[in-house]
Amino acid sequence: MSTDDRHIWLLVGLGAAVAVLLWKLFSIQILDSHYKEDASRNSMVYETIYPTRGIIYDRNGDILVGNKVAYDIVVTPREVTAFDTTALAQVLGVSKEFIEGKMEDFARRRRSIGYQSVTMMRMVPSETYMRFDEVKYKFPGFRGQVRGIRDYPVNAGGNLLGYVSEVNQRYIDRHNGEYQKGDYAGMTGIEAAREADLRGEKGYHIYLRNSKNQIEQSYNDGASDKEAIPGRDIMTTIDAALQQYGQELMKNKVGSIVAIEPSTGEILALVSSPGIDVEQLADIGKYYNEIAANPYKPMYNRAVSASYPPGSVFKLVNGLVGLEDGVLRPEMMYPCHQGYYFGAGHKLGCHAHRSPINMEESIMMSCNAYYCYVLKNILDQKQFDSVSEGLDHWREMVMSFGFGRKLGSDFPAELSGNIPTSKYYNRAYRGSWNSTTVISLSIGQGEILATPMHLANLCATIANRGYYYIPHIIKESEGVEIEPRFKEKQYTKVSQEHFPKVIRGMWRAVNAEPGAGGTARIAHLDGLDICGKTGTAQNPRGADNSVFICFAPMDNPKIAVAAYVENGGFGATYAAPMASLMVEKYLTGEISRKDLEKRMKESNLMSRVKRD
Amino acid sequence: MIESIGNKRSLKHSIDWVVIGIYLALVFIGWINIYASIHSTEPPSIFYWGARSGKQFVWMLTSFGLAAIILFLIPPRWWEGLSVPLYLLVLGLLVLVIFVSKDVKGSHSWFELGPVKFQPAEISKITTSLLLATVLSMQGFKMTRIKDFLKAAALIAVPMLVIIAESETGSALVYAGFIFVLYREGLSGWWLGAVGLVIALFVFTLFSGAYTSFLILAGVLYLCYVLAGEVKKPGRMLLAGIAGMVFLIFVPDILGWVSSLAQARMEWMRNVVWVPQAGETQDLSWGFVTEITPESVFLVLTAIALPVLGAYTLRKREFFLAALIGVFLLGVGLVFSTDYIFDNVLQPHQRGRIEVLLGIKEDLAGVGYNVNQSKIAIGSGGLLGKGFLQGTQTTYGFVPEQSTDFIFCTIGEEWGFVGCLIVILLYAFLIVRIILDAEDCRSAFTRVYGYCVAACIFMHLFINIGMTVGLMPVIGIPLPLLSYGGSSLWAFTILIFIFLALYRDEKKYF
Repeated sequence: MSTDDRHIWLLVGLGAAVAVLLWKLFSIQILDSHYKEDASRNSMVYETIYPTRGIIYDRNGDILVGNKVAYDIVVTPREVTAFDTTALAQVLGVSKEFIEGKMEDFARRRRSIGYQSVTMMRMVPSETYMRFDEVKYKFPGFRGQVRGIRDYPVNAGGNLLGYVSEVNQRYIDRHNGEYQKGDYAGMTGIEAAREADLRGEKGYHIYLRNSKNQIEQSYNDGASDKEAIPGRDIMTTIDAALQQYGQELMKNKVGSIVAIEPSTGEILALVSSPGIDVEQLADIGKYYNEIAANPYKPMYNRAVSASYPPGSVFKLVNGLVGLEDGVLRPEMMYPCHQGYYFGAGHKLGCHAHRSPINMEESIMMSCNAYYCYVLKNILDQKQFDSVSEGLDHWREMVMSFGFGRKLGSDFPAELSGNIPTSKYYNRAYRGSWNSTTVISLSIGQGEILATPMHLANLCATIANRGYYYIPHIIKESEGVEIEPRFKEKQYTKVSQEHFPKVIRGMWRAVNAEPGAGGTARIAHLDGLDICGKTGTAQNPRGADNSVFICFAPMDNPKIAVAAYVENGGFGATYAAPMASLMVEKYLTGEISRKDLEKRMKESNLMSRVKRD
Repeated sequence: MIESIGNKRSLKHSIDWVVIGIYLALVFIGWINIYASIHSTEPPSIFYWGARSGKQFVWMLTSFGLAAIILFLIPPRWWEGLSVPLYLLVLGLLVLVIFVSKDVKGSHSWFELGPVKFQPAEISKITTSLLLATVLSMQGFKMTRIKDFLKAAALIAVPMLVIIAESETGSALVYAGFIFVLYREGLSGWWLGAVGLVIALFVFTLFSGAYTSFLILAGVLYLCYVLAGEVKKPGRMLLAGIAGMVFLIFVPDILGWVSSLAQARMEWMRNVVWVPQAGETQDLSWGFVTEITPESVFLVLTAIALPVLGAYTLRKREFFLAALIGVFLLGVGLVFSTDYIFDNVLQPHQRGRIEVLLGIKEDLAGVGYNVNQSKIAIGSGGLLGKGFLQGTQTTYGFVPEQSTDFIFCTIGEEWGFVGCLIVILLYAFLIVRIILDAEDCRSAFTRVYGYCVAACIFMHLFINIGMTVGLMPVIGIPLPLLSYGGSSLWAFTILIFIFLALYRDEKKYF
């Protein structure tokens, strides 16, 4: 066989081999783009710059929540060389075992960690960090990363403000893509409600690193870096001084005080007691278990999340509905002989007062029997075919005050309370019921449930003579808009003309001359012109709840307050003085009734409260 | 004596300046890319002695000196005479190094004389080439004669085996390239085909299983028979072969279908028909169907066909067919022993590299790290690259051995596809030029030596670049003239310039 042409075959073979190499190069360099993406992930380190969280101000521009600097201690396990664990533990103020445990954990996860950095300790205070910074060079692979943590200049509104903590996996999953491990987010209260405004936008520095994860230089001289955008500041409608004062009054009591500016619907104070101290709020991780184990449930914001029977303050609603329906006229007199008698020997009791009385007096003296007549007349109106129809009509009227549904405030965790339906009674009594069966609705008992916020809203509605603004906690400020619904008047189904008649009763309850039978005389203060209504709601677990709503002044009201003290007894015992003090504090800025204030602040009802 | 005739040609005409030009271009490209790959260590300049680019510059200068010495001072005719002692000397060094060298990443192949390190395996390519040229150009040498072939094969195999013993399998693989030289000098093309077939069978058995390998084996051999054998109606045979192949391709599907039927029948027997009686066992008469593998079908068919074919071969005395049947049986044996070879003969790191290459295993942090990083670096270069010193992957040390074995990554990243194309074409031209020059020579010694040079460069080129782009397993051999390292640069300089000297010797007088 001739070998002369063999070099041709060899050259062809060479050509084929070269073609194969060039084709492969062409495909990875030109056709396939994923190598370019891999390359940027490979050599660029994105170091997150965390934005500072927006500041939360009160309505007067005082800071409720600010920021202070803390540090996370971050480790890049691949860079760590042998080091003195004892020394590091001492510097960071933790145990040697803690460090060893962490390092073992990182060693176990080394494959998934790779060249990344992981957080070893969170929220290390500046002082500790400074100590660490001095000896950092002894611990290669460890560094500090600046993180802002929350700072609370005044101890006001722990529950209301809510806390911020690191997002967990569930949170990340729920907010698809918006959060990453290590991010913080507001979990409750305003922090949660306005998370989108407060959180800001993360930025990053891009560094180039080599495969040993050593950072070599900043990429593109920092031109491609993204600055963090600080979170937007939020101005709340809260009055810090009033909020703090409310908390002081409610100390050692269980319950809530809600204050609203009737002319705007702005929440001036939202006190829930027992609450979370802002000290604990700042470092929630440390106190979380303690708070969660507290039988009085400090985390639970009673102002919006507790449903209580409203008690006698609800008579105002029934009275207004009666007036609107025409079944009640202010001059109508009803008898009361320590109660309302119905059916076969049933009686809904009442306290001793003169009889008969008109509507204004019924409010002033909080007569139960009067409202039994009123409710019965509402439910049994001729135009209704059945009591069911009457009840549903009543329910519709009541709900126009915001009861039985969420008010729709911008505050999370609001409950809707309950206004019973005819369906409910049909089921409960198998269709066999009448207006006397549900007679306790007349005095705000039975199936009626409302949150303190509902009651404050009722008070604001009356103060406004027939409409309310949806209570809200965020004030419109630069860059922060509030939803238009917060600026719309919400009218009830009761004509405005009827409200002054009720208000006169409320005024008299507080300001009637001694001996006239005003239930809330204790709330009286010269010059404030407070109008109020007491309530004493039955509490199946112990002493009655003390309830009071009031607004002041009577004309052009500036503030509407609802106070609800669990197991406080009569409305006039705790709720009325407290609400009155709140009004005084807000309207005058100081307290003239020092004795009353002292008694309120110092009384301790905790032992009366049944715990779960 | 011929010199006295006085028709000596000028330097201009006797030296292949094209080869020298390409040589210089490649060395220069290598140098600046070495600088690019280490510039993140911030050397004061490309000449800085403390950095690799500066050292490479010194290696370059010394190489140019060596080149000049070989080209102008050493009489070219000495090489033929020196080939035997040099071969033996280097072979001695190859053996010696195993015992005196330090362990460098598991291999024992480096001599260290103070600051100077060198690898005898690099030089051994030259001495083997020289001796091969000497032996193949001897009068009366016939490649087709078994004795002569074995002689040639042995002088390639001996240094190769010693180098394998040094755990430098990659360097040893280069010697496989000498088969092209043997082919040029008369080795039957069937051998090349056989080698290719063995590699293909090995790869396909690992990659997609024994059955695919059987099909390839049978298909290739059948094609050989139809095309090269004395067949009366090749067209009809070809069609029959294709039909048979299509059937065989669908055997696994047919089996799957049949076994699912069998499964269904068994279910039915078990649940509907069969009522267990005392002492009765379950009817599994169809159960065996599910156990049939495509391989066993193939082997049964083979067992039926082989005696028939064997009888036919004996009667007709068709030796070609007999040889093919022999090859077939060997091939089947190879396929069955592939797993054994893979698991027991290869070392774990070699296994890992092959598995990564074939995509059997993805191990981006371990064995696959190098290849993946290398592909990312090259792939991110795009068409025109990121520009000199602008590569982020190679600059920041993601690619290991980036100035030596993975120097091509720097080129790929910073100069893009265009840069790669230019470099590869330069190599291709170099090889083509050497082959054409070799063909042009009257002296068989020079021709064989020239082919040896071309084969060495080709093997290094294909294995090295193939490795960086993921076509070949990770085999640590340098890219000729480009990779950092004095040993390698010197070796290729000597290799190429001996050829140029020999070539000049011819051109001087004719």
